[in-house]
Amino acid sequence: MSVITGLGVIAPNGLGVKEFWEATLSGRSGIAELDRFDTSGYPARLAGLVRELDSAEYLPGRLLPQTDVSTRLALVAAQWALEDAEVDPAELADYDMGVVTANASGGFEFTHREFNKLWAHGPEHVSVYESFAWFYAVNTGQISIRHGMRGPSSALVAEQAGGLDALGHAARTIRGGVPLVVGGGVDSAFDPWGWLSHLAGGRVSVDLDPATAYRPFDANAAGYIPGEGGAMCIVESAESARARGVQGYGEIAGYAATFDPHPDTGAPPGLRRAAALALADAGIEPGDVDVVFADAAGVPELDDAEALALRELFGIRGVPVTAPKALTGRLLSGGAVLDVVAALMSIQESVIPPTFGTATVPGDYGIDLVTGEPRPVPVRTALVLARGRWGFNAATVIQALGDRS
Amino acid sequence: MTDTLSIEDLRGILVGCAGGDALPADIADVPFEELGYDSLALIETSAVLKRDRGLVVPDDLITEARTPGELLRLINDRIGV
Repeated sequence: MSVITGLGVIAPNGLGVKEFWEATLSGRSGIAELDRFDTSGYPARLAGLVRELDSAEYLPGRLLPQTDVSTRLALVAAQWALEDAEVDPAELADYDMGVVTANASGGFEFTHREFNKLWAHGPEHVSVYESFAWFYAVNTGQISIRHGMRGPSSALVAEQAGGLDALGHAARTIRGGVPLVVGGGVDSAFDPWGWLSHLAGGRVSVDLDPATAYRPFDANAAGYIPGEGGAMCIVESAESARARGVQGYGEIAGYAATFDPHPDTGAPPGLRRAAALALADAGIEPGDVDVVFADAAGVPELDDAEALALRELFGIRGVPVTAPKALTGRLLSGGAVLDVVAALMSIQESVIPPTFGTATVPGDYGIDLVTGEPRPVPVRTALVLARGRWGFNAATVIQALGDRS
Repeated sequence: MTDTLSIEDLRGILVGCAGGDALPADIADVPFEELGYDSLALIETSAVLKRDRGLVVPDDLITEARTPGELLRLINDRIGV
Protein backbone atom coordinates (compact mmCIF):
# COMPACT_ATOMS: atom_id res chain seq x y z
CA MET A 1 0.00 0.00 0.00
CA SER A 2 1.26 3.45 -0.96
CA VAL A 3 0.43 6.32 1.34
CA ILE A 4 0.84 9.99 0.42
CA THR A 5 2.41 11.63 3.46
CA GLY A 6 3.61 14.98 2.13
CA LEU A 7 2.48 17.55 -0.42
CA GLY A 8 4.46 20.34 -2.07
CA VAL A 9 2.22 22.52 -4.20
CA ILE A 10 3.15 25.30 -6.59
CA ALA A 11 -0.05 26.33 -8.34
CA PRO A 12 -0.96 29.49 -10.23
CA ASN A 13 -3.61 30.20 -7.58
CA GLY A 14 -1.63 29.27 -4.49
CA LEU A 15 1.78 28.37 -3.09
CA GLY A 16 1.69 25.48 -0.64
CA VAL A 17 -1.23 23.11 0.03
CA LYS A 18 -3.07 25.47 2.35
CA GLU A 19 -3.11 28.44 -0.01
CA PHE A 20 -3.94 26.27 -3.02
CA TRP A 21 -6.83 24.59 -1.23
CA GLU A 22 -8.26 27.87 0.06
CA ALA A 23 -8.12 29.27 -3.49
CA THR A 24 -9.70 26.09 -4.86
CA LEU A 25 -12.67 26.42 -2.50
CA SER A 26 -13.07 30.22 -2.70
CA GLY A 27 -12.62 30.52 -6.45
CA ARG A 28 -9.42 32.57 -6.54
CA SER A 29 -8.04 32.15 -10.04
CA GLY A 30 -4.41 32.15 -11.14
CA ILE A 31 -5.27 32.95 -14.75
CA ALA A 32 -3.93 36.30 -15.91
CA GLU A 33 -2.37 38.02 -18.88
CA LEU A 34 1.00 36.55 -19.83
CA ASP A 35 3.42 39.43 -19.25
CA ARG A 36 6.87 37.82 -19.62
CA PHE A 37 7.27 39.06 -23.18
CA ASP A 38 5.25 41.09 -25.66
CA THR A 39 2.23 38.93 -26.47
CA SER A 40 0.33 41.61 -28.39
CA GLY A 41 0.89 39.81 -31.69
CA TYR A 42 -0.49 36.48 -30.45
CA PRO A 43 -4.14 35.37 -30.69
CA ALA A 44 -4.18 34.03 -27.10
CA ARG A 45 -2.71 35.93 -24.16
CA LEU A 46 -3.98 34.36 -20.92
CA ALA A 47 -2.11 31.79 -18.86
CA GLY A 48 -2.12 30.25 -15.39
CA LEU A 49 0.93 31.98 -13.93
CA VAL A 50 2.98 31.29 -10.81
CA ARG A 51 3.81 34.87 -9.93
CA GLU A 52 4.83 35.23 -6.31
CA LEU A 53 7.56 32.63 -5.96
CA ASP A 54 11.22 33.70 -5.89
CA SER A 55 13.01 30.36 -6.28
CA ALA A 56 16.31 31.99 -5.29
CA GLU A 57 14.92 32.33 -1.75
CA TYR A 58 14.66 28.55 -1.50
CA LEU A 59 17.48 27.17 -3.62
CA PRO A 60 21.25 27.30 -3.18
CA GLY A 61 22.93 29.78 -5.54
CA ARG A 62 24.90 26.91 -7.14
CA LEU A 63 21.68 25.57 -8.65
CA LEU A 64 20.53 28.81 -10.26
CA PRO A 65 22.95 28.99 -13.25
CA GLN A 66 22.10 25.38 -14.16
CA THR A 67 18.30 25.24 -13.87
CA ASP A 68 15.34 26.20 -15.99
CA VAL A 69 12.37 27.81 -14.26
CA SER A 70 10.48 24.48 -14.44
CA THR A 71 13.28 22.67 -12.60
CA ARG A 72 13.40 25.35 -9.93
CA LEU A 73 9.66 24.89 -9.37
CA ALA A 74 10.15 21.11 -9.17
CA LEU A 75 13.00 21.48 -6.66
CA VAL A 76 11.03 23.85 -4.43
CA ALA A 77 7.91 21.65 -4.62
CA ALA A 78 9.97 18.58 -3.65
CA GLN A 79 11.51 20.45 -0.72
CA TRP A 80 8.10 21.57 0.52
CA ALA A 81 6.73 18.03 0.18
CA LEU A 82 9.62 16.63 2.25
CA GLU A 83 9.05 19.30 4.92
CA ASP A 84 5.30 18.60 4.90
CA ALA A 85 5.99 14.87 5.39
CA GLU A 86 8.58 15.66 8.08
CA VAL A 87 11.20 13.68 6.18
CA ASP A 88 14.86 14.47 6.67
CA PRO A 89 16.55 12.63 3.78
CA ALA A 90 19.86 12.72 5.66
CA GLU A 91 18.36 10.35 8.25
CA LEU A 92 17.35 7.70 5.68
CA ALA A 93 19.48 5.37 3.58
CA ASP A 94 20.12 6.83 0.12
CA TYR A 95 19.00 3.67 -1.71
CA ASP A 96 15.73 3.65 0.24
CA MET A 97 14.53 6.83 -1.49
CA GLY A 98 13.55 7.17 -5.15
CA VAL A 99 12.36 10.01 -7.38
CA VAL A 100 9.73 9.66 -10.13
CA THR A 101 8.68 12.82 -11.92
CA ALA A 102 6.74 13.69 -15.05
CA ASN A 103 7.66 16.52 -17.37
CA ALA A 104 6.35 17.35 -20.82
CA SER A 105 8.18 20.41 -22.06
CA GLY A 106 11.68 20.18 -20.58
CA GLY A 107 13.71 23.30 -19.88
CA PHE A 108 12.22 25.47 -22.63
CA GLU A 109 13.11 28.92 -21.38
CA PHE A 110 16.69 27.99 -20.46
CA THR A 111 17.20 26.24 -23.78
CA HIS A 112 15.87 29.05 -25.89
CA ARG A 113 18.10 31.53 -24.08
CA GLU A 114 21.08 29.31 -24.93
CA PHE A 115 19.88 28.99 -28.54
CA ASN A 116 19.85 32.77 -28.74
CA LYS A 117 23.48 32.84 -27.57
CA LEU A 118 24.39 30.12 -30.07
CA TRP A 119 22.92 31.97 -33.00
CA ALA A 120 23.93 35.47 -31.95
CA HIS A 121 27.43 34.85 -30.54
CA GLY A 122 28.55 31.33 -31.39
CA PRO A 123 28.85 27.92 -29.70
CA GLU A 124 31.49 28.99 -27.16
CA HIS A 125 28.81 31.17 -25.51
CA VAL A 126 26.45 28.27 -24.82
CA SER A 127 26.34 27.18 -21.17
CA VAL A 128 27.72 23.74 -20.43
CA TYR A 129 24.61 23.26 -18.25
CA GLU A 130 22.47 23.18 -21.38
CA SER A 131 23.72 19.58 -21.64
CA PHE A 132 21.08 18.58 -19.07
CA ALA A 133 18.98 21.67 -18.32
CA TRP A 134 16.78 21.02 -21.38
CA PHE A 135 16.02 17.41 -20.57
CA TYR A 136 12.72 15.89 -19.41
CA ALA A 137 14.53 13.79 -16.81
CA VAL A 138 16.36 16.75 -15.28
CA ASN A 139 13.84 17.30 -12.48
CA THR A 140 14.21 13.73 -11.29
CA GLY A 141 18.00 14.06 -11.48
CA GLN A 142 18.23 17.38 -9.65
CA ILE A 143 15.89 16.26 -6.86
CA SER A 144 17.87 13.03 -6.54
CA ILE A 145 21.21 14.85 -6.32
CA ARG A 146 20.00 17.57 -3.97
CA HIS A 147 18.51 15.18 -1.42
CA GLY A 148 20.86 12.23 -1.88
CA MET A 149 18.16 9.87 -3.15
CA ARG A 150 19.74 6.97 -5.02
CA GLY A 151 16.89 4.45 -5.08
CA PRO A 152 15.07 3.44 -8.28
CA SER A 153 14.15 6.63 -10.13
CA SER A 154 12.67 7.56 -13.47
CA ALA A 155 11.00 10.23 -15.59
CA LEU A 156 7.76 10.00 -17.57
CA VAL A 157 6.57 12.05 -20.54
CA ALA A 158 2.86 11.83 -21.35
CA GLU A 159 1.65 15.44 -21.63
CA GLN A 160 -1.26 16.07 -19.24
CA ALA A 161 -1.48 12.37 -18.26
CA GLY A 162 2.15 12.28 -17.08
CA GLY A 163 1.49 13.40 -13.51
CA LEU A 164 -0.74 10.38 -12.84
CA ASP A 165 1.72 8.09 -14.57
CA ALA A 166 4.46 9.37 -12.26
CA LEU A 167 2.39 8.74 -9.13
CA GLY A 168 1.36 5.33 -10.48
CA HIS A 169 4.97 4.43 -11.09
CA ALA A 170 5.90 5.77 -7.66
CA ALA A 171 3.35 3.36 -6.14
CA ARG A 172 4.78 0.53 -8.27
CA THR A 173 8.26 1.43 -7.01
CA ILE A 174 6.97 1.23 -3.41
CA ARG A 175 5.51 -2.22 -4.17
CA GLY A 176 8.96 -3.17 -5.44
CA GLY A 177 10.32 -2.62 -1.95
CA VAL A 178 11.48 1.03 -1.89
CA PRO A 179 10.21 2.68 1.31
CA LEU A 180 9.88 6.27 0.03
CA VAL A 181 9.52 7.98 -3.34
CA VAL A 182 9.23 11.64 -4.30
CA GLY A 183 6.61 11.57 -7.06
CA GLY A 184 4.78 14.19 -9.07
CA GLY A 185 4.99 16.52 -12.02
CA VAL A 186 5.82 20.11 -12.88
CA ASP A 187 5.95 22.01 -16.16
CA SER A 188 6.50 25.58 -17.29
CA ALA A 189 6.89 26.81 -20.86
CA PHE A 190 6.03 30.49 -21.09
CA ASP A 191 8.90 31.95 -23.06
CA PRO A 192 8.02 32.99 -26.63
CA TRP A 193 8.86 29.58 -28.09
CA GLY A 194 7.02 27.76 -25.33
CA TRP A 195 3.98 29.96 -25.83
CA LEU A 196 3.99 29.25 -29.54
CA SER A 197 4.17 25.51 -28.81
CA HIS A 198 1.06 25.77 -26.65
CA LEU A 199 -0.75 27.69 -29.38
CA ALA A 200 0.35 25.29 -32.12
CA GLY A 201 -1.80 22.61 -30.46
CA GLY A 202 -4.85 24.52 -31.66
CA ARG A 203 -6.89 24.09 -28.47
CA VAL A 204 -5.87 27.17 -26.47
CA SER A 205 -8.73 29.56 -25.76
CA VAL A 206 -8.44 32.96 -27.48
CA ASP A 207 -11.02 34.45 -25.09
CA LEU A 208 -9.23 37.34 -23.33
CA ASP A 209 -11.52 37.41 -20.26
CA PRO A 210 -9.94 35.37 -17.42
CA ALA A 211 -13.41 34.63 -16.00
CA THR A 212 -14.70 32.86 -19.10
CA ALA A 213 -11.64 31.77 -21.09
CA TYR A 214 -11.53 28.20 -19.70
CA ARG A 215 -14.96 26.74 -18.93
CA PRO A 216 -14.73 22.96 -19.03
CA PHE A 217 -18.04 21.17 -19.77
CA ASP A 218 -19.78 24.51 -20.39
CA ALA A 219 -22.08 24.84 -23.38
CA ASN A 220 -19.83 27.73 -24.46
CA ALA A 221 -16.49 26.01 -23.82
CA ALA A 222 -13.98 27.24 -26.39
CA GLY A 223 -10.60 25.85 -25.46
CA TYR A 224 -8.29 25.71 -22.47
CA ILE A 225 -5.77 28.00 -20.80
CA PRO A 226 -2.22 26.64 -20.36
CA GLY A 227 -0.76 26.94 -16.88
CA GLU A 228 2.55 26.34 -15.10
CA GLY A 229 3.57 24.65 -11.86
CA GLY A 230 2.37 21.40 -10.34
CA ALA A 231 3.02 19.40 -7.23
CA MET A 232 5.31 16.82 -5.68
CA CYS A 233 4.09 14.15 -3.27
CA ILE A 234 5.92 12.01 -0.76
CA VAL A 235 4.73 8.50 -1.52
CA GLU A 236 5.58 5.95 1.17
CA SER A 237 4.96 2.36 2.07
CA ALA A 238 2.52 2.02 4.95
CA GLU A 239 5.35 0.45 6.97
CA SER A 240 7.67 3.41 6.36
CA ALA A 241 4.98 5.94 7.31
CA ARG A 242 4.12 3.94 10.43
CA ALA A 243 7.77 3.63 11.43
CA ARG A 244 8.13 7.40 11.19
CA GLY A 245 4.91 7.92 13.13
CA VAL A 246 3.26 9.80 10.28
CA GLN A 247 -0.42 9.46 9.38
CA GLY A 248 -0.58 10.72 5.78
CA TYR A 249 -3.36 12.24 3.67
CA GLY A 250 -4.63 9.16 1.88
CA GLU A 251 -3.51 6.28 -0.29
CA ILE A 252 -2.98 5.59 -3.96
CA ALA A 253 -5.41 2.69 -4.17
CA GLY A 254 -5.48 2.08 -7.92
CA TYR A 255 -3.91 3.24 -11.16
CA ALA A 256 -4.09 2.40 -14.85
CA ALA A 257 -2.94 3.91 -18.12
CA THR A 258 -4.19 3.27 -21.65
CA PHE A 259 -3.43 4.55 -25.11
CA ASP A 260 -6.04 5.67 -27.63
CA PRO A 261 -6.52 3.45 -30.68
CA HIS A 262 -5.56 4.91 -34.04
CA PRO A 263 -8.36 7.27 -35.18
CA ASP A 264 -8.78 5.24 -38.39
CA THR A 265 -9.97 2.21 -36.43
CA GLY A 266 -13.12 4.02 -35.27
CA ALA A 267 -12.62 2.39 -31.86
CA PRO A 268 -13.53 4.50 -28.81
CA PRO A 269 -10.82 6.50 -26.99
CA GLY A 270 -9.12 4.80 -24.06
CA LEU A 271 -10.21 7.04 -21.18
CA ARG A 272 -13.11 4.88 -20.01
CA ARG A 273 -10.95 1.77 -20.15
CA ALA A 274 -8.26 3.52 -18.06
CA ALA A 275 -10.88 4.50 -15.47
CA ALA A 276 -12.36 0.97 -15.35
CA LEU A 277 -8.92 -0.59 -15.04
CA ALA A 278 -7.97 1.79 -12.21
CA LEU A 279 -11.15 0.87 -10.31
CA ALA A 280 -10.36 -2.82 -10.85
CA ASP A 281 -6.79 -2.23 -9.67
CA ALA A 282 -8.22 -0.71 -6.48
CA GLY A 283 -10.67 -3.61 -6.15
CA ILE A 284 -13.72 -1.32 -6.08
CA GLU A 285 -16.91 -0.77 -8.10
CA PRO A 286 -18.04 2.46 -9.78
CA GLY A 287 -20.64 2.85 -7.02
CA ASP A 288 -17.83 3.18 -4.46
CA VAL A 289 -16.54 6.41 -6.06
CA ASP A 290 -17.62 9.61 -4.31
CA VAL A 291 -16.19 12.14 -6.76
CA VAL A 292 -14.44 12.29 -10.13
CA PHE A 293 -11.78 14.92 -10.83
CA ALA A 294 -12.18 15.16 -14.58
CA ASP A 295 -9.55 15.77 -17.23
CA ALA A 296 -11.80 18.65 -18.35
CA ALA A 297 -10.28 19.58 -21.69
CA GLY A 298 -12.53 22.60 -22.20
CA VAL A 299 -12.89 21.66 -25.88
CA PRO A 300 -16.48 20.66 -26.76
CA GLU A 301 -15.75 17.38 -28.55
CA LEU A 302 -13.31 16.28 -25.83
CA ASP A 303 -15.67 17.32 -23.01
CA ASP A 304 -18.39 15.36 -24.82
CA ALA A 305 -16.14 12.28 -25.07
CA GLU A 306 -15.24 12.46 -21.38
CA ALA A 307 -18.91 12.92 -20.42
CA LEU A 308 -19.75 9.81 -22.46
CA ALA A 309 -17.03 7.80 -20.68
CA LEU A 310 -18.43 8.93 -17.31
CA ARG A 311 -22.02 8.04 -18.30
CA GLU A 312 -20.96 4.62 -19.49
CA LEU A 313 -19.09 3.92 -16.27
CA PHE A 314 -21.29 5.57 -13.64
CA GLY A 315 -24.67 6.01 -15.35
CA ILE A 316 -26.39 9.32 -16.08
CA ARG A 317 -25.48 11.84 -13.36
CA GLY A 318 -24.21 8.85 -11.41
CA VAL A 319 -21.35 10.57 -9.57
CA PRO A 320 -20.33 14.14 -8.71
CA VAL A 321 -17.75 15.45 -11.18
CA THR A 322 -15.52 18.49 -10.79
CA ALA A 323 -12.61 20.34 -12.40
CA PRO A 324 -10.81 22.76 -10.07
CA LYS A 325 -8.22 23.21 -12.81
CA ALA A 326 -10.58 25.84 -14.28
CA LEU A 327 -8.80 28.17 -11.80
CA THR A 328 -5.24 27.21 -12.78
CA GLY A 329 -5.40 26.25 -16.43
CA ARG A 330 -4.00 22.96 -17.69
CA LEU A 331 -0.51 22.42 -16.28
CA LEU A 332 0.67 19.57 -18.52
CA SER A 333 2.50 17.18 -16.14
CA GLY A 334 1.49 19.22 -13.10
CA GLY A 335 -2.26 19.30 -13.74
CA ALA A 336 -3.37 15.88 -12.60
CA VAL A 337 -1.05 15.97 -9.56
CA LEU A 338 -2.85 19.13 -8.41
CA ASP A 339 -6.09 17.17 -8.86
CA VAL A 340 -4.69 14.41 -6.64
CA VAL A 341 -3.87 17.06 -4.02
CA ALA A 342 -7.43 18.43 -4.30
CA ALA A 343 -8.81 14.88 -4.01
CA LEU A 344 -6.80 14.28 -0.82
CA MET A 345 -8.04 17.57 0.63
CA SER A 346 -11.64 16.70 -0.33
CA ILE A 347 -11.21 13.48 1.65
CA GLN A 348 -9.70 15.36 4.61
CA GLU A 349 -12.41 18.02 4.75
CA SER A 350 -15.49 16.27 3.34
CA VAL A 351 -16.13 18.81 0.62
CA ILE A 352 -15.98 18.80 -3.18
CA PRO A 353 -14.57 21.98 -4.75
CA PRO A 354 -16.66 23.33 -7.62
CA THR A 355 -15.79 24.02 -11.25
CA PHE A 356 -15.75 27.81 -11.13
CA GLY A 357 -16.56 29.57 -14.39
CA THR A 358 -18.72 26.85 -15.84
CA ALA A 359 -22.38 27.92 -15.79
CA THR A 360 -24.41 25.81 -18.22
CA VAL A 361 -23.62 22.14 -18.76
CA PRO A 362 -25.33 20.67 -21.84
CA GLY A 363 -28.10 18.30 -20.67
CA ASP A 364 -26.99 15.53 -22.98
CA TYR A 365 -23.60 15.35 -21.23
CA GLY A 366 -25.52 13.66 -18.41
CA ILE A 367 -22.95 14.54 -15.75
CA ASP A 368 -23.46 15.93 -12.25
CA LEU A 369 -20.86 18.70 -12.50
CA VAL A 370 -20.33 20.51 -9.19
CA THR A 371 -20.60 24.22 -10.01
CA GLY A 372 -21.11 27.51 -8.21
CA GLU A 373 -20.01 26.59 -4.68
CA PRO A 374 -18.30 23.78 -2.79
CA ARG A 375 -20.49 20.77 -2.08
CA PRO A 376 -20.18 19.45 1.48
CA VAL A 377 -20.34 15.67 1.27
CA PRO A 378 -18.30 12.85 2.82
CA VAL A 379 -15.53 11.73 0.44
CA ARG A 380 -13.76 8.40 0.96
CA THR A 381 -12.86 7.56 -2.62
CA ALA A 382 -11.92 9.85 -5.52
CA LEU A 383 -11.15 9.01 -9.14
CA VAL A 384 -8.74 11.35 -10.94
CA LEU A 385 -8.69 11.31 -14.74
CA ALA A 386 -6.18 12.78 -17.18
CA ARG A 387 -5.69 12.79 -20.92
CA GLY A 388 -2.47 13.74 -22.63
CA ARG A 389 -2.31 15.00 -26.18
CA TRP A 390 -1.77 12.29 -28.81
CA GLY A 391 -3.51 9.49 -27.03
CA PHE A 392 -2.35 9.20 -23.40
CA ASN A 393 -4.96 8.31 -20.77
CA ALA A 394 -4.42 7.75 -17.07
CA ALA A 395 -6.68 7.19 -14.07
CA THR A 396 -5.86 7.07 -10.37
CA VAL A 397 -7.99 6.06 -7.41
CA ILE A 398 -7.28 7.99 -4.21
CA GLN A 399 -8.79 6.66 -0.99
CA ALA A 400 -9.08 7.68 2.63
CA LEU A 401 -6.71 5.79 4.90
CA GLY A 402 -8.10 2.73 6.58
CA ASP A 403 -10.66 1.99 3.86
CA ARG A 404 -8.96 -1.20 2.78
CA SER A 405 -8.59 -4.37 4.72
CA MET B 1 51.92 38.13 -22.73
CA THR B 2 48.58 38.46 -20.92
CA ASP B 3 48.54 39.63 -17.29
CA THR B 4 48.27 36.81 -14.79
CA LEU B 5 45.01 36.13 -12.99
CA SER B 6 44.48 36.91 -9.30
CA ILE B 7 42.50 34.67 -6.94
CA GLU B 8 39.84 37.40 -6.86
CA ASP B 9 39.60 37.32 -10.68
CA LEU B 10 39.13 33.56 -10.50
CA ARG B 11 36.56 33.89 -7.75
CA GLY B 12 34.52 36.25 -9.94
CA ILE B 13 34.69 33.83 -12.87
CA LEU B 14 33.65 30.83 -10.74
CA VAL B 15 30.72 32.68 -9.23
CA GLY B 16 29.65 33.90 -12.67
CA CYS B 17 29.80 30.39 -14.08
CA ALA B 18 28.31 28.32 -11.32
CA GLY B 19 26.82 30.54 -8.61
CA GLY B 20 28.48 31.34 -5.33
CA ASP B 21 26.41 32.17 -2.26
CA ALA B 22 28.14 31.43 1.04
CA LEU B 23 31.69 31.14 -0.33
CA PRO B 24 34.36 31.58 2.37
CA ALA B 25 36.52 34.71 2.21
CA ASP B 26 39.65 32.76 1.35
CA ILE B 27 38.87 30.07 -1.20
CA ALA B 28 42.39 29.34 -2.46
CA ASP B 29 42.97 26.10 -0.55
CA VAL B 30 39.40 24.88 -0.10
CA PRO B 31 38.62 21.82 -2.26
CA PHE B 32 36.13 22.48 -5.07
CA GLU B 33 33.88 19.79 -3.64
CA GLU B 34 33.58 21.72 -0.37
CA LEU B 35 32.91 24.92 -2.29
CA GLY B 36 30.06 23.18 -4.12
CA TYR B 37 31.67 23.19 -7.56
CA ASP B 38 31.59 19.97 -9.57
CA SER B 39 33.45 19.02 -12.74
CA LEU B 40 30.82 20.69 -14.93
CA ALA B 41 31.37 23.97 -13.08
CA LEU B 42 35.07 23.68 -13.97
CA ILE B 43 34.34 22.87 -17.62
CA GLU B 44 32.07 25.92 -17.77
CA THR B 45 34.92 27.92 -16.21
CA SER B 46 37.28 26.61 -18.87
CA ALA B 47 34.84 27.71 -21.60
CA VAL B 48 34.59 31.20 -20.10
CA LEU B 49 38.38 31.53 -19.75
CA LYS B 50 38.73 30.73 -23.42
CA ARG B 51 35.87 32.92 -24.56
CA ASP B 52 36.54 36.03 -22.45
CA ARG B 53 40.31 35.91 -21.97
CA GLY B 54 41.59 33.76 -24.80
CA LEU B 55 43.07 31.30 -22.27
CA VAL B 56 42.98 27.69 -23.37
CA VAL B 57 42.95 25.29 -20.43
CA PRO B 58 41.95 21.85 -21.74
CA ASP B 59 39.01 20.18 -19.96
CA ASP B 60 41.05 17.16 -18.89
CA LEU B 61 43.62 19.45 -17.28
CA ILE B 62 41.15 21.80 -15.58
CA THR B 63 39.26 18.95 -13.94
CA GLU B 64 42.49 17.76 -12.34
CA ALA B 65 42.69 20.90 -10.21
CA ARG B 66 41.42 20.19 -6.70
CA THR B 67 41.30 23.74 -5.32
CA PRO B 68 40.98 27.28 -6.74
CA GLY B 69 44.64 27.82 -5.78
CA GLU B 70 45.70 24.85 -7.91
CA LEU B 71 43.52 26.02 -10.77
CA LEU B 72 45.01 29.51 -10.54
CA ARG B 73 48.55 28.11 -10.76
CA LEU B 74 47.50 26.02 -13.74
CA ILE B 75 46.06 29.05 -15.53
CA ASN B 76 48.96 31.36 -14.73
CA ASP B 77 51.50 28.72 -15.78
CA ARG B 78 49.84 28.69 -19.18
CA ILE B 79 49.81 32.49 -19.36
CA GLY B 80 53.51 32.42 -18.59
CA VAL B 81 54.29 30.03 -21.46
